Amino acid sequence: MVADPQQVLPGTPLPHSTAQVGHSFTSASRSADIRPDPLTVGEMKRMRGADLKKRFRWDEFLSEIIITVVAFVSLAAIVGIFVFVFREAMPIFLVPSIDATVAAPPEAQETYGNEQIGDAARRVSGSDRSRTAEGSGSEGESTLANFLGTTWAPVSMDPRYGIIPLVVGSIKVTLLAVCIAGPVAILAALFTSSFAPRWSKEILKPAIEILAGFPSVVIGFFALVVLATLLQDLFGYKFRLNAFLGGVAMSLAVIPIIFTVAEDALAAVPKFMTEASLALGATKWQTALFVKLPAATPGVFAALLLGFGRAFGETMIVLMATGNAAMLSFNMLEPVRTMSATIGAEMAEVVFGDTHYNVLFMLGAILFLFTFVLNAVAEVFIRQRLLKRFRGG
Amino acid sequence: MNTAKPREAKIAVTNMNFWYGPKPALRNVAMEIPPNHVTALIGPSGCGKSTFLRSLNRMNELIDNVRMDGHIRIDGVDIYDRNVDVVELRKRVGMIFQKSNPFPKSIFDNVAYGPRINGVHDKGKLEELVESTLRRAALWEEVKDELKKSALSLSGGQQQRLCIARALAVDPEILLMDEPASALDPIATAKIEELIYELKSNYTIVIVTHNMQQAARVSDYTAFFYMGELIEFGETKKIFTTPEKKQTEDYITGRFG
Amino acid sequence: MSLRKKLLGTSVVTLSALAAFLIITVVILVMGTIIVGGKDAFTWEFLTSAPREGMTEGGIFPAIVGTALLVVIMSIVGVPIGTITAVYLSEYASSRSILARSIRFAVNTLAGVPAIVFGLFGLGFFVQFVGSGMDKVLTDSTDLRWAQPNILWASLTMALLTLPVVIVSVEEAIKTVPAELRAASLALGATKWQTIVKIVIPNSITGILTGAILAVSRGAGEVAPILFTGAAYFLPHLPGSLSDQFMELGYHVYIMSTQSTNVDATRGIQYATTLVLLLLTFLLNFSAIFLRSRLRARQIT
Repeated sequence: MVADPQQVLPGTPLPHSTAQVGHSFTSASRSADIRPDPLTVGEMKRMRGADLKKRFRWDEFLSEIIITVVAFVSLAAIVGIFVFVFREAMPIFLVPSIDATVAAPPEAQETYGNEQIGDAARRVSGSDRSRTAEGSGSEGESTLANFLGTTWAPVSMDPRYGIIPLVVGSIKVTLLAVCIAGPVAILAALFTSSFAPRWSKEILKPAIEILAGFPSVVIGFFALVVLATLLQDLFGYKFRLNAFLGGVAMSLAVIPIIFTVAEDALAAVPKFMTEASLALGATKWQTALFVKLPAATPGVFAALLLGFGRAFGETMIVLMATGNAAMLSFNMLEPVRTMSATIGAEMAEVVFGDTHYNVLFMLGAILFLFTFVLNAVAEVFIRQRLLKRFRGG
Repeated sequence: MNTAKPREAKIAVTNMNFWYGPKPALRNVAMEIPPNHVTALIGPSGCGKSTFLRSLNRMNELIDNVRMDGHIRIDGVDIYDRNVDVVELRKRVGMIFQKSNPFPKSIFDNVAYGPRINGVHDKGKLEELVESTLRRAALWEEVKDELKKSALSLSGGQQQRLCIARALAVDPEILLMDEPASALDPIATAKIEELIYELKSNYTIVIVTHNMQQAARVSDYTAFFYMGELIEFGETKKIFTTPEKKQTEDYITGRFG
Repeated sequence: MSLRKKLLGTSVVTLSALAAFLIITVVILVMGTIIVGGKDAFTWEFLTSAPREGMTEGGIFPAIVGTALLVVIMSIVGVPIGTITAVYLSEYASSRSILARSIRFAVNTLAGVPAIVFGLFGLGFFVQFVGSGMDKVLTDSTDLRWAQPNILWASLTMALLTLPVVIVSVEEAIKTVPAELRAASLALGATKWQTIVKIVIPNSITGILTGAILAVSRGAGEVAPILFTGAAYFLPHLPGSLSDQFMELGYHVYIMSTQSTNVDATRGIQYATTLVLLLLTFLLNFSAIFLRSRLRARQIT
């Protein structure tokens, strides 16, 4: 039982008349604004069941279908890349032995003029996919053995499609690039996340973004024209364009990725960890090196993986800076050919459907698979870190 | 004005249960909301009153992983029936949100949004509609010279009245208000309450409020919710002076909140 | 602290500072050498005239036109598809559905595919498959019109490559549209589609623009995908139809600096072309960053 209604209501009893509680509802003057209703005031308007019947809306229906279909383009694209790249690569495995097709034209430099277009048209003509032996060839040698051989000479009288030099070339350049870019980018990320004054971040981050924005052909040009001479003068080695130069140039392209992901990982280290370390009397650098960096290890590792993947598939820089000779060696100061550069340089002049064509696609398939796996693994590490962060670990 | 409870309820809720995922939010709620009156839903935080309100125009369906059973009938029509068009339903049952949410458009375009959606494009008609609803929302005099101004330049109270005008422009029969004045200062609040009083003769209003005095001032009927259950429902006068349940009394007198 | 520890500490800090400094220096170095090397040849005439005398004189106008056409066609196809995909992911797909997850997976994967592989896809799918299909259907002679590298296939290949960029940008913008606005629209009796068209998209224009600009920047800079899907070094006239080949800035730099017959005489032109490309991407990225920061500012208010 409520003791006193006035405990509840400020001063006045519950209203039911038009003179209300303590407010002066001046509704009388506004009755003229009541909506011009065909129904009189007070009459209830009934909701008719028929009016609420489900209506078919064309625009809703069509828009949803179109949007869903269009969204599948990306999915179709990935599947398509997989299918069509492998499709053009498959014939290699179906041919018991590599045969020489029509004697390939000598490696012509790209000239200008109508001549080039005409040639290209002839070459890419989709007529016969001759796979039967026509000229001399290394009959009896299995495709796989040829493929895994150490000579890459697709346009010789005895065509050899050994991809080992190409793979080694890719690895050489990529490893060097990551070995340079990794420490530099990670140290720089450590710098901005732990040591740097605020203003330095405002300079470094834009610099990284600009670096990331350089088209790779620009970096390749810079390497070819400026860096090559610089490094050759500095170290005095024999070949102007080689794996070393390629690796150094590539590191420029890879630094932004490693920096961004590593910095992200370092910034995500929970504050309580760094604060605990500092509170125990550790210095900034001790905290950074022994607490932050280890805590960010999954992310940093992912950064390196992503950088590796990016460098492995990069084409223009290697095309312009590595000398493009498919030599197999572990000497960094010799020219190399990477897988991506091979595709880039030779695809335009290959005959549609012949073995060379298929092998180039096979290289592409390998590149695709490799970067796919690498990215997937890196994803796991990044997500693992994110999960850790949200769980507070 | 006839204050006796009319024979037919505008909104009839029977055996309503509601779950967010595995968690029950409302249990066995049954209520009859009369037309052309103001019904207030009160109760402590988390008691389910907002969930209940949102069920009345099926806005809960926008949340993932919710479940409801029981029936909600408006004018005898089960609004959760498979044949009911939810878009049409929402035109008949308007909603005002706790924090005013005008579109980042002009005042005019905000109010005209609803009619335009319904196919009204004639400039004259739109202007007429905008003016009449802004008048009904007691905002016309303040903005009539600045209809092209952005709605976001209005004060909080004005924005809320704009939202009311916007809701009125689609000609609903029921207005659901989820703590419409909780973010407003006392003067703006008073204006909103005055507005509610005027509107009820043409609309059925259901208002959620955690301000008991407001409920007492503004409503004809009150429903007290606690922990997902409807504890008591009745005329406001009775609820606030001679409640039947002890829980109601405890809440009203402030023993818990 | 022991001397050894102090030394370690100092070297760590110094090394990391050096690393940061090195990066900044390299960026300035690259930009600097290109500006210095190219500024002489960078004239209005250079930008507006065609090459002459075996590329040793004249300008790069056709390459600029080719690049412009490439990114325009690419955007016309790619920006709508990317925007619609982003709308699907944010508005239609429940985040738990398999459909949504596979599309997201596809987008992430696409972002990691090497550019040259896109070129292979362009060749294997667009040129060989679609192109020869079109030739069979549209022409009755055995002439090859569409089963050739041309600007259409190159643009479509580029559109695919830049699709993830657009999708991510637009999705970021859609996320900033507050849920209350959507709720308000739906509570007024608007349908989902009406809400998207009248509320969500208009408030995401910044993100759509940012995505488009970033895509264009990428499209103008990447050369690997167009190496064998349509770019050419010298064409006597500008592309007149979608089945023509085209000249392109990045491709021009590549060929001219590695394979032209007079590499030294054309050095100045190479530098200037690179400078044009650099300036272009720089400007584009800068405007995208500017737009994005405006988007983030709006998100906070």
